[in-house]
Amino acid sequence: MTKSLEVRGLAYAYPDGQQALYGIDLSVERGERVALLGPNGAGKTTFVLHLNGILSGGAGTVNVAGLDVRPGDRDALREIRRRVGIVFQDPDDQLFMPTVRDDVAFGPANLGLRGVELDARVAEALEAVGMADVADRPPHHLSFGQRRRVAVATVLAMRPEILVLDEPTSNLDPASRRELADILRSLEVTLLLVTHDLPYALELCERSVVLSGGSIVADGPTPDLLSDEELLRRHRLELPFGFDPRVKPVRPA
Amino acid sequence: MHVPDGFLDAPTSVATGAVAAAGIAVALRRARDELDERSAPLAGLTAAFVFAAQMINFPVGVGTSGHLIGGALAAVLVGPWTAVLVLSVVLMIQSLLFADGGLTALGTNITLIGFTTVAVGWFVTRALLAVSPKRPSAVVPAAAVGAFVSVPAAATVFVLLFAAGGQASLPFGPLLGTMLGWHLLIGIGEAVITGLTVSAVVAARPDLVYAARGLRPALALRQADGTLIDATPSPARTGRAGTSAGDRVGLRAVLAGGALATALIAGALSFLASGSPDGLERVAESEGFADSARDHAFGNFAFADYGEIGGIPVGLAGLLGVVVTVIIGLTVFRFVRRRTDREENVTA
Amino acid sequence: MSSAHSHLLYRHGDSLIHRLPAHAKLLALVGFMLVVVATPRDRYLAFAGYAMLLALVAVAATVPAKFIAPRMIVEVPFVVFAVLLPVISTGPRVDVLGLSLSEDGLLAGWNILAKGTLGVVAAILLAATTDARAMLIGLQRLRLPARLVEIAAFMVRYADVVVSDMQRMRVARESRGFEGRHLGHLRVIAQSAGALFIRSYERGERVHLAMLSRGYAGAMPLVEHAPVAGRAWASVAALPLAAAGVAVASGWFV
Repeated sequence: MTKSLEVRGLAYAYPDGQQALYGIDLSVERGERVALLGPNGAGKTTFVLHLNGILSGGAGTVNVAGLDVRPGDRDALREIRRRVGIVFQDPDDQLFMPTVRDDVAFGPANLGLRGVELDARVAEALEAVGMADVADRPPHHLSFGQRRRVAVATVLAMRPEILVLDEPTSNLDPASRRELADILRSLEVTLLLVTHDLPYALELCERSVVLSGGSIVADGPTPDLLSDEELLRRHRLELPFGFDPRVKPVRPA
Repeated sequence: MHVPDGFLDAPTSVATGAVAAAGIAVALRRARDELDERSAPLAGLTAAFVFAAQMINFPVGVGTSGHLIGGALAAVLVGPWTAVLVLSVVLMIQSLLFADGGLTALGTNITLIGFTTVAVGWFVTRALLAVSPKRPSAVVPAAAVGAFVSVPAAATVFVLLFAAGGQASLPFGPLLGTMLGWHLLIGIGEAVITGLTVSAVVAARPDLVYAARGLRPALALRQADGTLIDATPSPARTGRAGTSAGDRVGLRAVLAGGALATALIAGALSFLASGSPDGLERVAESEGFADSARDHAFGNFAFADYGEIGGIPVGLAGLLGVVVTVIIGLTVFRFVRRRTDREENVTA
Repeated sequence: MSSAHSHLLYRHGDSLIHRLPAHAKLLALVGFMLVVVATPRDRYLAFAGYAMLLALVAVAATVPAKFIAPRMIVEVPFVVFAVLLPVISTGPRVDVLGLSLSEDGLLAGWNILAKGTLGVVAAILLAATTDARAMLIGLQRLRLPARLVEIAAFMVRYADVVVSDMQRMRVARESRGFEGRHLGHLRVIAQSAGALFIRSYERGERVHLAMLSRGYAGAMPLVEHAPVAGRAWASVAALPLAAAGVAVASGWFV
């Protein structure tokens, strides 16, 4: 079966010459949930921007569900940007239309949907994140957690193959954090979660990959990685005080 | 101050509306070169910034304050054509959603604030940059002077429009004098804030200052015997606005524009200086106008100390004349010297 | 231009005027104001008629007078100008309350005051009954260049964000003891303005990335429009036509 994501030897340097990625190899199967961990400055966001062709010009290949990411090929790029849905860190950067409905419609409209079909797609995406009742509100009238969820909806509306989230829990209060986890769990999509939030990674992703200094330094089952104290320490990853990755928490009924 | 409905008559309002539409059409095409296909979100965010920045106020004279206009600032930061679009959108939204500025006066406001301040601010900045050392920080004083000149320039255009289509028989001379005086003071505030803001941006992200493109000094190469020569910059680094071809064309246009701006102000001033003072005094005496000169509200106005109403233009004319002459003189002098320098470099 | 103008005038409601499409309202308003501006200044009855028409619109829009009145503060600069005109104008003088004022200046001052005030009230009524999104769609329907409408849309969307960024900076400054009512404070404020520009510009770049990630290829997708019913056009045309009627009628009485 085609892998959702196949990255081979990806290397990249910024225009000023500083190298950010030193050859990344990563394979993600369909339906897998992978957490991308790593300290600040490791190159996580730079890596993510390669997945839909926004950044390019280095070395290596990126293949999304069978399609190669080639920046010159506009038609392929359009399809790739449908297949890879990236939810960026600041929802205000993603919600740039006058109302929630307009924002969620933006993506599918760019894919060519119109009329009843477009409305149905918008409704479907908003339902999936539980934000159907705020469809006609302007984004700045929503709380931060609500904006996060709507940002996820704007990407879901394109029916992506792989959903990439960049720091989805930053600035979220615990209730919103749990609500988002419930939503992500309910989605039938390949998931790539870029995060510092190690318990979140443990809760949602069975596999984790550590990116540090522009290379992948670890790749394995999340509980194993989080139990490796030496690995965590070496790459500036820390578990919250008192958190034991080996204990499987049980939610009160 | 945004012009409200009724200041200018219907034909003038419609005419400025046509001018505004034409100017925006041109700007739409040319702005693409400044911001490439990212123009809509970047221009939009810049418009949001200008909207916010216009809330900055500064003291002007006794007990009153002026507000930043931001035309010259926008031109220096994002380029003149984009600045035209940015200011026009700000004015449009202010009049439609905030009832600030008359709907029939939108053409006038765009002509004054969207075009005049941007064009004059940009041309003067570029003229000064042509004679300044090639460093990003050189943009700061150039932008400040550009901002300073842009405000009275717009005031002059307003008075000209008012002379054409205003429905009041105001003595043109004193009106121009008062408006210029007032807006010279506002221009000082605009210059200070523009200069300091550009300075802050240049310090952190000089690549975001459109006017500073191509101002980075050439890289030096050290030769075998230890001497330094200039490296030829690679095409990728100079960017769109920094190409030498653009500079050559730009310099000529800049001087033309600078001359136009100064001619506008100088011409308006000579109008003042030629007939008005004596003529006005005569008219004032015969119509009893001179008596009311004492009760008028501009009595405590700074420049009023130079004399009665007839004296205001003289004082201002003097001040402006000095400023204008310095700018023209510097420009011409340095243009000649740069021409010679460039020739020397080519032959070396 | 002052902080009073950072709050949108939109007032939620479901009146006849609220439901009219924005581009029709805009055209009606411009038509109305053109008639007003073209009216000779001594047709006092006409101006009374225009004021009554606007009052009728206010009633139809369920916008109360106490909403409109405080928002007319925008007027202040040109009220000052209008008041000064009689003082500094030339021409034959009349005596008013002991002051010798120019007759022509009085008329000119009245002209500006009357037309300007009518303009402000009309603009307030438009803004109060039209939300930002509807206004942008209205501009689109009026065939304003698409790029211009896009820029306006982004401005409207992010104006609040940028203004609140600016206010947060002010709070941070003042929390660290900054007062500054003197000219030295301009340097600090300008530093904040510089930081604000950089922050806003970088946000613009990120927004562009987000747009690219959702398939943006240079043109915003079209919003489909419902055609405007004939009845809507009729009710909207009523305003400028009535104004024209008033103008003509007043000509017979002067």
